[in-house]
Amino acid sequence: MAKTFDLKDDSVVVIIGSGAGGGTLGNELAQKGIDVVILEAGGRHEYEDFINDEWDSFGQLAWKDMRTTSGSWRVHKDFPNLPAWIVKAVGGSTTHWAGASLRFQEHEFKTLTHYGKIDGANLLDWPITLQEMEPYYTKAEAKMGVTSTNGWPRLPGNNNFKVMKAGADKLGYKECHTGNMAINSVERDDRMSCQQTGFCFQGCKWGAKWSTLYTEIPKGEETGHMEVRPNAMVIKINHDDSGKVTGVVYADKDGKMQEQKARIVAVAGNSIESPRLLLNSESSKFPDGLANSSGQVGRNYMRHTTGSVYAIFDKPVHMYRGTTMAGIIRDEARHDTARGFAGGYELETLSLGLPFMAAFLDPGAWGRSFTTALDHYDHMAGLWIVGEDMAREDNRITLNKDVKDEHGMPVANVNFDDHPNDEAMRNHAYKQSAALYDAVGATRVFPTPPYPSTHNLGTNRMSEKPEDGVVNRHGQTHDIKNLFVSDGSQFTSGAAENPTLTIVSLAIRQAEYIADQMKSNSI
Amino acid sequence: MVTIYDGKPGLSRRELLRRGGAGALLIISGSAVISPEHAWGLEASALKPETVKTLIQVARDIYPHDQVADKYYAIAVKSHDEAAAKDPAHRDLIENGIADLDAKAGPGGYSGLGWEDQRVALLKQIEDTPFFQAVRGGLVVGLYNQKELWPVFGYEGESYSKGGYIQRGFDDIEWL
Repeated sequence: MAKTFDLKDDSVVVIIGSGAGGGTLGNELAQKGIDVVILEAGGRHEYEDFINDEWDSFGQLAWKDMRTTSGSWRVHKDFPNLPAWIVKAVGGSTTHWAGASLRFQEHEFKTLTHYGKIDGANLLDWPITLQEMEPYYTKAEAKMGVTSTNGWPRLPGNNNFKVMKAGADKLGYKECHTGNMAINSVERDDRMSCQQTGFCFQGCKWGAKWSTLYTEIPKGEETGHMEVRPNAMVIKINHDDSGKVTGVVYADKDGKMQEQKARIVAVAGNSIESPRLLLNSESSKFPDGLANSSGQVGRNYMRHTTGSVYAIFDKPVHMYRGTTMAGIIRDEARHDTARGFAGGYELETLSLGLPFMAAFLDPGAWGRSFTTALDHYDHMAGLWIVGEDMAREDNRITLNKDVKDEHGMPVANVNFDDHPNDEAMRNHAYKQSAALYDAVGATRVFPTPPYPSTHNLGTNRMSEKPEDGVVNRHGQTHDIKNLFVSDGSQFTSGAAENPTLTIVSLAIRQAEYIADQMKSNSI
Repeated sequence: MVTIYDGKPGLSRRELLRRGGAGALLIISGSAVISPEHAWGLEASALKPETVKTLIQVARDIYPHDQVADKYYAIAVKSHDEAAAKDPAHRDLIENGIADLDAKAGPGGYSGLGWEDQRVALLKQIEDTPFFQAVRGGLVVGLYNQKELWPVFGYEGESYSKGGYIQRGFDDIEWL
């Protein structure tokens, strides 16, 4: 039985969110003997409870609370109240993620240096380097069981991968393989290996894919130093006259307001909820919200330059069989402005089941042009574009004070406009992907628009100088020493790679820093 | 809407209603189970039968799949009958929307237009209306989330209970 902590216990570290950032930070601290309370807005569903059904699983796991959108991005038109497809449950979006675990490239930590000033973008170098991150990437890969590291074999390629690989070979791409995946390719860590079931996005019912839900969290609980409190929706972070945070107010499972005292608060609610919470914690001392002296809280929202390409062939593919993200092409991930844009992109296989394909292939479309695509669902192959998008000051999360949630808290509005660099990159990726599938004999190709965001980044970004961002090189807010940010909202740039490995690596690194600071009584 | 079930031998309209709707019918006929939100209910008669009949044609014209039987479109638009029973505004939305299409189509009404292209031309005129968007939006889940339909598209659905695809063809592509 995991330990529980008293609401008045002001010696604990309170972590808001139990996903890649919060769940990892919690376990890392607990392993060091530090008492942790994780407050998770969603419920706890163990992996045997996951559902192999897209809409039912969406009902079980997705963050469906009201949000609003604005801006010229197509998601605003197609899914005005669903800007992001992320999770509200213990384990956060690590229940839903596909498992791709790639290290950032050196130049991606220094975008302002390498890309230069770009009009309409708010680029900044990270205050840390790849070299500093490498030992933590190594620890994260070992923790997560990332294939092709630590002697673990890569996963076998499914049909969707084989189509991608054949096209990659024809186009002359050199780096195409089944990825660096946090999915067990062999039994390890008391968990099974991948059974090629599909439904990675719906939560892995075998527990083969790494999720904090059944790795970090039970391990942290076993130490007797960690409590995970589900159905605890944090509304506000409190502070004292000196400006130090003292605890958090949350709505418990019955909707009753509680206050959990804290020595340190770490915010890890994803890049939409984390700035929402900081902004909603405004006070007479901090009228613009907590940790917001820079005015950067909520700004520089990034979501990757995404898009998908599906193709139909004259013979069957059955792309949905096996791992959802079953392979990758890395050749376009380089920074090479000869292509007409800064930064790069990865191409990763992707499949959706029929119900989600109908919803996402071309939202709003109807008629035979659309339905004849679905008629050949089992002859389809598909891939997802994951590219670096440009931080922009006005791509931001704000409080929509006209719309309140069930607790009376203003909902988050997500405003986003594609930067011309994003559009140029996406169009390049569409063209390359179409050429790839054409080379294997595609009879029809679909450049599919971005889905609601799964990678939400940058809204509490790291900066060397307090005036440029929200947190320092350890994720500690510039303004408040005992307030940390522990999720992807710390990212100064988005890079071309899927963010989870970097979030986990930063959390491991941050835990070391917090432990040191506590030991020396600096916080 | 009853015309859809004309093909079911031995089941009169009265018999259908007595049994509590087509959800029960589908179960009795031995078809796979339908999720509760798709079950028919008697309150479906909140809309005029002629309206529902035309609505089914509209549904097919929006998402035409020639290999999909009418009953699946009927199930897909069923939610509008339920909504109409609860909300007069929704009833008016659907009734007026169909009446408008009938008027635009001329003497034979919408269903009297023989070619899909003729009907689609009318739908194009109204595709930005709340009526059209309500019908189209409802179909995305109402039609494509019917498990009975998935095999028609070659989608196999749930796979965990069968041990995934590791022994069942995850890498069986042969034509590359």
